[in-house]
Amino acid sequence: MALLKVEDLSLSFGGLRAVSGFNLEIKPGELVGLIGPNGAGKTTVFNILTGFYQPQEGRVFFDGTEITGLGCHRINRLGIGRTFQNIRLFNELTVLENVKIAYQYAGGYSWRHTIFRTGSYRRYEQEIAEWALSRLEILDLAGKAEEIAKNLPYGEQRRLEIARALAGRPKLLLLDEPAAGMNPQETMELLELIQWLRQEFSLTILLIEHDMSLVMKLCERILVLDYGMTIAEGSPEEIRNNPRVIEAYLGEEVS
Amino acid sequence: METETTTGLEKPEAVEKWRTHLLPAGLAILVLLNLLIFMEHFGFDIVSRYYKGILILAFINIILAVSLNLINGITGLFSIGHAGFMAVGAYVSALLTLNMGRWELVSSQVQAVLQFPLVLLAGGLAAALAGLVIGIPTLRLRGEYLAIATLGFGEIIRVVALNLNITRGARGIPSIPNYTNFWWAQLFAVLTVVIIWNIVHSNHGRAMVAIREDEIAAEAMGINTTYYKVLSFTIGAFFAGVAGGLLAHHLTFISPKGFDVLKSIEILLMVVLGGLGSITGSVIAAIVLTALPEVLRFLQAYRMVIYAGTLVVLMIFRPQGFFGRAEVNLAFFKSLFRSRVEEEMKSRSEERGGNGGSA
Amino acid sequence: MSQFLQQIVNGLSLGSIYALIALGYTMVYGIIRLINFAHGDIYMVGAFVGYFAFRAGLPLPLVFFLAMVVPALFGLTIEFFAYRPLRKRNAPRIAALITAIGMSLFLENLGILLFSPDPRPFPRVFTNEPIHFAGGVTISIPQILTLAFTSVLMISLTLFIRFTKTGKAMRAVSQDAEAAQLMGVNIDRIISITFVIGSALAGAAGVMVGILIPRIEPLMGIMPGLKAFVAAVIGGIGVIPGAMLGGMLMGMAETLVTAFISSTWRDAIAFGLLIVILLIKPSGIFGSSSRTKV
Repeated sequence: MALLKVEDLSLSFGGLRAVSGFNLEIKPGELVGLIGPNGAGKTTVFNILTGFYQPQEGRVFFDGTEITGLGCHRINRLGIGRTFQNIRLFNELTVLENVKIAYQYAGGYSWRHTIFRTGSYRRYEQEIAEWALSRLEILDLAGKAEEIAKNLPYGEQRRLEIARALAGRPKLLLLDEPAAGMNPQETMELLELIQWLRQEFSLTILLIEHDMSLVMKLCERILVLDYGMTIAEGSPEEIRNNPRVIEAYLGEEVS
Repeated sequence: METETTTGLEKPEAVEKWRTHLLPAGLAILVLLNLLIFMEHFGFDIVSRYYKGILILAFINIILAVSLNLINGITGLFSIGHAGFMAVGAYVSALLTLNMGRWELVSSQVQAVLQFPLVLLAGGLAAALAGLVIGIPTLRLRGEYLAIATLGFGEIIRVVALNLNITRGARGIPSIPNYTNFWWAQLFAVLTVVIIWNIVHSNHGRAMVAIREDEIAAEAMGINTTYYKVLSFTIGAFFAGVAGGLLAHHLTFISPKGFDVLKSIEILLMVVLGGLGSITGSVIAAIVLTALPEVLRFLQAYRMVIYAGTLVVLMIFRPQGFFGRAEVNLAFFKSLFRSRVEEEMKSRSEERGGNGGSA
Repeated sequence: MSQFLQQIVNGLSLGSIYALIALGYTMVYGIIRLINFAHGDIYMVGAFVGYFAFRAGLPLPLVFFLAMVVPALFGLTIEFFAYRPLRKRNAPRIAALITAIGMSLFLENLGILLFSPDPRPFPRVFTNEPIHFAGGVTISIPQILTLAFTSVLMISLTLFIRFTKTGKAMRAVSQDAEAAQLMGVNIDRIISITFVIGSALAGAAGVMVGILIPRIEPLMGIMPGLKAFVAAVIGGIGVIPGAMLGGMLMGMAETLVTAFISSTWRDAIAFGLLIVILLIKPSGIFGSSSRTKV
């Protein structure tokens, strides 16, 4: 059974059809790439999947239940984690606090423990701190736990976003241009990291990326979006040779 | 961006240094004051009524500032309607006290001691209810729009008090029993600070801080931002109501005039001057701003002009407030408990056997 | 019916005053995103300048001239000494807001110190004999003057902003200060001009209120200032026609409530109106609702 199933999704802003008739099915453990020219509606799809936008038409199913129209935080709690194209960290907080925040529901303790600082409060806090630290270790950020997030170099901010998304224990991870702004060396490291994360946590991943070499190496299946519509779908090999894709990317390199 | 602070100014050495002495010094003064005032029971009137009055006002202002800081500084909701919630608490508690009647089972002194906290609690709950009712529709507004809407609600509450029969309009409510004394004010101020401190340093507090930092990211991390915004607003309103009740039973007279925009602004000043998000900063700013007009009394007619001028100069030279977001250095406080906490941590980590908590 | 028409006329003259003050709020907010709380007190300064100018026996045009120039200088000075240093240090916006509140308290208390807190009667400049119109509506000369002069000011402002180079620069700065700077706009100069224009309009409003009500006091700026800001928000803050419309709406609503319900509820109406409008349209009537980018 599909982990994520999207049926005939449509959304327009004013007169602009951002997404129209979008379909997608992802099986557990798959790694799918979503590509397309700027303004093709990729991020809009992400925003609908995560509940930031409500679609005008279509339905979204996740893990067997319909999530169309659910609030953003509820969708996250059902197991969809995401990162943002234009990095949205909690800038003034430390790296560790950033990850702790994402651990909300799993480590939730009641108001009684909060107000009276019971023993459970300390136990829970300890547990949250350890868990958050372990996420940082996975992404090689543990040494920076006490630094203020906005002071991290760009590449580490991107990694922190992934760590933060992982702290919510997602089943499906949505990565919005994880390699944006990275140099080739960093991109290669990111590629290995994503592959490893997927194995380690048996994650299903959907990613938006402009870096074609990364997408082609990483993804098993690729969807190409243009003007809000899927114009091609298939293996990296099929996409590379698809004439419609080449046309959409006219002038851009597809290799 | 709103939170852009000049980081270079955040922690100059000098500030860092006096912050370490602030807490022990403050606690020492508090203990001394308690002793001095306790001596009254043995016939030594050391602290005059005037000074006790200022202390009570300082405690009430601490409650107001710290509770507004939860809304403005921690959750990042720009609210300037705190006087309205104060008014709800003041009126409800005053009217309850005046209409409570005599309990037959206990003596009147015992009744006063028993009913006062109940009445304050009721005032707080009424204010919290007002906060809930106002918060749900308005908290989807942002920034200045939210600010002006909360200010508007504060004014509407005042105008309602001006027009209802039960609140006696502009004439106000006179001869409220003078129940608020140093001890009650201190108790409620300490309770407020401890409870809000605990909330801020919990996962609920982290959710609120996340909303301040980036609401969209917070929502994507599974935080129900609407819930936490309304909650922070309601909790803040509750404590403002308690403070209103304390004030009513301190002044023994309330009228809508005492809860106007200027009162809201006065509380906002304390929060910003102390440092948005710094609870200890709010406490200190509340004390300073309560004492300042008294200290400046010798200036007579020039007093308020100098006060306002000082404010402007302070803001120009220290726009992030006394503390920015930092708290008073707690090293001293921690050293009191260090050994105990450390032992506990140790035993617990042994128990776990280095299991890492990643289960 | 005639009473209703009469209240409409009264509402328009009160509303045009709110609109004049609201313009200053909205222009300053549009350019530096600051609620200039001291703006209501600038209006008080205008009223007092007008008071002393009339007492000195100056002719009407000169009175208005002075009552616009002096507040303009106040606005310029406050911007230069209080707000500019904060801007240069990239201080948080709330610090600027508190500074504005501090400036407001400063002006109010300075007024109390210099002129005593007691209200004083404004010199009676015009006969109070109302002019009768068909349908039993009466309009007083001060009301006519107010409506006429505010219309002139608003039309001039609109033309200025639309057609002059400085006006275009103002619009550019309010849309994107950084880009405007790159295009060679001197931002500090534009901000100063904005404060000068806004303060001059508020000063004119001050004199007109003196003539209309006729009573002035150092704290007279607080409530009208607040309500004018509310009017600016109702219209969509940063939008100039919004401030005009918001001010008119506010004046109208207040007059109608006072006439047909009760004057004690008047102050609640301003804010009630605000909340209703914000709940329907969270960025005001003319405000553009910008979708938050995710």
